[in-house]
Amino acid sequence: MKNQQDKTNNKAKQQDDILRNAVDEEYKYGFVTDIDTNVIPKGLNEDVVRQISALKNEPEWLLEFRLKAFRHWQTLRQPSWGHLHLPEIDYQDISYYAAPRKKKEGEIDPELMETFDKLGIPLQERKALSGMAVDAIMDSVSVRTTYSERLAELGVIFCPISEAVRDYPDLVRKYLGKVVPYTDNFFAALNSAVFSDGSFVYIPKGVRCPMELSSYFRINAAQTGQFERTLIVADDDAYVSYLEGCTAPMRDENQLHAAIVEIIVEDRAEVKYSTVQNWYPGDKDGKGGIYNLVTKRGLCRGDHSKISWTQVETGSAITWKYPSCILKGDYSVGEFYSVALTRNRQEADTGTKMIHLGKNTRSTIVSKGISAGYSQNSYRGLVRVAPQATGCRNYTQCDSLLLSDTSGAHTFPVIEVGNDSSIVEHEATTSKINEDQIFYCNQRGIKTEDAVALIVNGYADEVMTKLPMEFAVEARRLLSVSLEGSVG
Amino acid sequence: MNALEQYIGLYREYREVVERNAPAALNALRPAALDALATARLPRKGQEDYEAIDMEAIFAPDYGVNVTRLDYDIDPTESFRCDVPNLSTCLFHTYNDVPHISATSRRNLDGVVVETLTEATANHPDVLAGHLGRLARLDDPTVALNTLLAQDGLLVYVPDGVSASKPIQLLNILSAAHPTMVVRRLLVVAGKNAHVRLLACDHTQGSGTQVLNLQVIEVVAGRNATVDFYDLEESGTDTSRVSSLFVEQHEGSSVLVDGITLMNGITRNNSHVQVVGEHASTELLGMTIASGHQHVDTRSFVSHNVPRCTSNQMFKYVLADEAIGAFAGKVLIKEGCPRVEAYQGNRNLCASPSARMYTKPQLEIYTDDVKASHGTTIGQLDEEAMFYMRTRGVSQESARRLLMQAFMSDVIDGVRLDVLRDRLHYLVEKRFDGTLAACTGCAICGK
Repeated sequence: MKNQQDKTNNKAKQQDDILRNAVDEEYKYGFVTDIDTNVIPKGLNEDVVRQISALKNEPEWLLEFRLKAFRHWQTLRQPSWGHLHLPEIDYQDISYYAAPRKKKEGEIDPELMETFDKLGIPLQERKALSGMAVDAIMDSVSVRTTYSERLAELGVIFCPISEAVRDYPDLVRKYLGKVVPYTDNFFAALNSAVFSDGSFVYIPKGVRCPMELSSYFRINAAQTGQFERTLIVADDDAYVSYLEGCTAPMRDENQLHAAIVEIIVEDRAEVKYSTVQNWYPGDKDGKGGIYNLVTKRGLCRGDHSKISWTQVETGSAITWKYPSCILKGDYSVGEFYSVALTRNRQEADTGTKMIHLGKNTRSTIVSKGISAGYSQNSYRGLVRVAPQATGCRNYTQCDSLLLSDTSGAHTFPVIEVGNDSSIVEHEATTSKINEDQIFYCNQRGIKTEDAVALIVNGYADEVMTKLPMEFAVEARRLLSVSLEGSVG
Repeated sequence: MNALEQYIGLYREYREVVERNAPAALNALRPAALDALATARLPRKGQEDYEAIDMEAIFAPDYGVNVTRLDYDIDPTESFRCDVPNLSTCLFHTYNDVPHISATSRRNLDGVVVETLTEATANHPDVLAGHLGRLARLDDPTVALNTLLAQDGLLVYVPDGVSASKPIQLLNILSAAHPTMVVRRLLVVAGKNAHVRLLACDHTQGSGTQVLNLQVIEVVAGRNATVDFYDLEESGTDTSRVSSLFVEQHEGSSVLVDGITLMNGITRNNSHVQVVGEHASTELLGMTIASGHQHVDTRSFVSHNVPRCTSNQMFKYVLADEAIGAFAGKVLIKEGCPRVEAYQGNRNLCASPSARMYTKPQLEIYTDDVKASHGTTIGQLDEEAMFYMRTRGVSQESARRLLMQAFMSDVIDGVRLDVLRDRLHYLVEKRFDGTLAACTGCAICGK
């Protein structure tokens, strides 16, 4: 009897140790690149907005846009409704523009090349993964965009948004701020006022983009924020798969990342947007880390159009975002697949909004939350079916897995249906890892730690399979590293 | 002036009259309520948990309050008998907010105490002192307003070990010649190993009477106590109801709350359950059938503060015409509360193109070793089932009605009183027919 008791105790202790190891897991991308950076002084006022605009040689209309957004932002207060402990941020204590200085025009600092190499994002095309074009963004500027020329042959525009403003002003002007207007929310207004770089993608009619497009965001400079802006337009019958990845150095201070992503999809076009978010999450006591406060929204403007969001969220001290779809075209489709993993003191309040405006529109939401340590993980979502949107269909599934008795998992779905021909379903479950499954694995000689990884990978599989191959590998690795034995 | 201010003004003006006509136990609660109201605002439509209902608009009409406690000159016992056939109950009437207890009602109570709060002040001061106003949360302005203006109410006290053989029926009749706010209060205290079944029903007498029924119910279920509470609303389209139910459950207790709305104007039902004892089980059921411009808005909150307890919720809505339904539910499992099982379900049928349904089922979980889930659906009747019946010669309309009844049946089947269950099946059937069932022997429905 006593032996059995000891065994149980030992097992519990062993599991605790495993958990502790997992929690202490180092952040791999926490290094800082020592590079000469042009940082404008801290603070935010109209002059700063003008200065950013001037640094980027922007046309008058864009400066006007920024100033309007800034004036609106001044009338707003930082929102506090999330299930998060987001402190009141001192917006005057942040520098809004930081750019690595170029050695010579058209040449990239070898230090920078090395940084991106280290991150696994080679900027030389010969080294790059075939089939993927990358826009690498360090702090406020785009360092290099690969394969631009090859894509241009097909009429695909893939370039930093600052270049797009210069080279394709009509296109940018036509679409910028149309899906996420600067009045949308506090952080959207801030971003609209001070956004620096990001990617612009335009896929012309009937073109199926031959390679994956990708942006890689890196915050390097201290005491800065990153405010990138991505705009993707898929014209009739076009298709593109777009990936986004991000990392940041380990620092004791919190850094702000407030981006906007806008997607516009025309008739029968499709955009697939995948994110593997691995910003620095802070240390085990919750010190430092990135505040990831992003507005992402897609508009299915055309009939039979489709937007698919896939996200794997493992980083950031605070993640607060809702990649959304406005399903305006009849028969348009919105999808959202998400795995959000929080550990230590991380907090995530994420989910999606599916707004059905067109007839016979469909949406699917699959959200998997995994909480460990002292973290808090919330799913918050909206499914709205407008009265005129008849024949709509939504299916939502959000599951939460709790790996410790000190973490939290929460679900806040809102559903509004305004007609009698639409069907909306929502299901959610919260539980810990099934002990029977662990036992089953143990019986077959699989260590508890591996069993947990296996079960969690299986749990997240529905989302992982939606990621493009290169990202899926990265995401799986991230998940298993972060989770290493996180069983309580 | 906002809606609250007119009632606060009324209270300040008639404070002396209000307090003279009310028991000390209620008077003692008023200062805190007044404080809470000082900075309070009634929620507007669109605010968190009030997505579809405007509380300010509900309280905006200049309702009169019966502060002088004028008795209504109709004896409710004579005017109205809401029988459930074959169900023998101890029947207690409340006419608007004035309780009427006859000697016959008190027969067969088996030791259960049912008395007005005024009587209880003299007879059971310790029960009132221990529980009245303890659970009601004054941060909800409607609860604070009730506490500020309530002048009487009922106490149902089931002493330790007492088991009432007959259900206790609390019949509330709403009737007023002028727009009236009815301020009602009910306190249910079930001691250790006590057992009680309560059936409350709201009926509006006469049509076109604007009544706002503002009630607060507090239920304390002691150790191993069982409390079944059926709350049936069958009022009129001009009746508004704002009802807040607060439940506290101790170890091993079992509480069933079944809220049924068959006919109403605008209804907001709040249920607030605090589970403070292990092995307690909570069952919250709700059923709504709404048509015309009816509006039913439900909010439920179940807080598991201890390990090893269970809760189950199921709310079903059938909405026709321009009806609006809303459900916001939350299950909270606090840190350090393993082995809790909680389920929350909300199923809705929109039966017309202009019916609206808003739903927000929420889980907030801070412990890993739990099973918590929720499910919600908004949809229509199963076309295949319809087709199946049509091929067997059942008319479209009958098939529709049958399926709707079947949809509601699992909530009705949760009723633990056999005869009441049968009665509810009957009432629901009649409701879907478009005619409300006439109560047997009822002076109003019988006409």
